[in-house]
Amino acid sequence: MGATAIVVLRLRSLFAVVMLSGIYSFLAASMFVALDAVDVAFTEAAVGAGISTVLMLATLALTGSRERIPVHTPPLPLLVVLVTGAALIYATFDMPAFGDPAAPANLHVAPRYLGDSGHEIGIPNVVTSVLASYRGYDTLGEVTVIFTAGVAVMLLLGGRRGQDAGRKRGDDDAGDAV
Amino acid sequence: MKHHRVLRVAAKLLIPFILLFALYVQFHGDFGPGGGFQAGVIFAAAFILYGLIFGLENARKVAPPALVTRLVALGLLLYAGVGYGGLLRGGNYLDYGVLLENSVAGQHLGILLIEFGVGTTVAATMISIFFLFAGRDT
Repeated sequence: MGATAIVVLRLRSLFAVVMLSGIYSFLAASMFVALDAVDVAFTEAAVGAGISTVLMLATLALTGSRERIPVHTPPLPLLVVLVTGAALIYATFDMPAFGDPAAPANLHVAPRYLGDSGHEIGIPNVVTSVLASYRGYDTLGEVTVIFTAGVAVMLLLGGRRGQDAGRKRGDDDAGDAV
Repeated sequence: MKHHRVLRVAAKLLIPFILLFALYVQFHGDFGPGGGFQAGVIFAAAFILYGLIFGLENARKVAPPALVTRLVALGLLLYAGVGYGGLLRGGNYLDYGVLLENSVAGQHLGILLIEFGVGTTVAATMISIFFLFAGRDT
C-alpha cells in the first residue's frame, strides 16, 4: 500500500493515478479482510475501488489527463505534513494493542450488544443489528449525508431551470473560452 | 464504446448477475456481510456499466433521471417513516420492536425496511451522480 501511495505522488499521468488509487482501495479492502472487518472491506471494495474510480475517470474525460508540473517545491506544506504525521504516530503509542480485550472500546457497550443481540434482535450478523437497530439514529444520519451529497451534486451540475438559465449558461461559455 | 463487441457481450452477460448479487447482498445482510450501503453501490454499478457500454442515452431510458431523483428522497423517507411507524405504535422513534406483536419479528421487519431504504437512496444517488458527471460533455 505504501508503494502505491508513493507512486501515486510521483506520477504525472492522471489516468495511471486513478487506476493506482483503485488498486490502493483493493489493497485496503484486503487489509480489512485480514482484520476480520468483512463489512468494511465490502464497502471499501465497492465504493473505493469501484464507484470512485468510475467517477474519477468520468472527471478525467472532462478535464485533462496530465498533471501540470509545479514550478516550485514548497517547504512549508512538507513541514506541516511531517509534524502532523509525527504527532499521529506519537499518539498511537497510547492506543491499546490490537484485539486487546481490556481496551475501552471493548468494555463499554460492545459486550451488551454481543451478548443481547441474539435474543433481542435475533439476526446472526451483529454488525447489521448494531448498524440498523442499536445505532439506528447514526445510520439515519449517514443516509441523510448521502442524500445531501446527492442533492448538492444535482444543484451544482444539474440542469439549470428558471428565468436566469440563459444568463448563467452565457457566463459558463465565457469561462470555458478563457 | 458502442463498437466494442467483446465489451458489449460481456456486459450483457454480467449485468443480470450484478443486479442479482446486489439483491442478494441487500436481503442477506442480516446473515452475512453486506447491507443497504454495499447493495446500493453494487446495484448502481450495474447501471453505470450499462451506461458506459451502451451510451448515456440508453441508460437514461432504462433509469429515467426524473424517477432516479425521486428515489433518492424516497429511500430516506422510507427510513424516517419506519421511525415514525415506531412512534405511532407507541414506542420510541426508530424502535422496531413495537412494529409487530412479536418484538424480534418487529426488529426483523424494521431492519429489512430501513436497509431497503438505505439501498434505494445509495443506488439512486450513485446513479444520478454518474448521470450528471457523464452528461457534462462540454
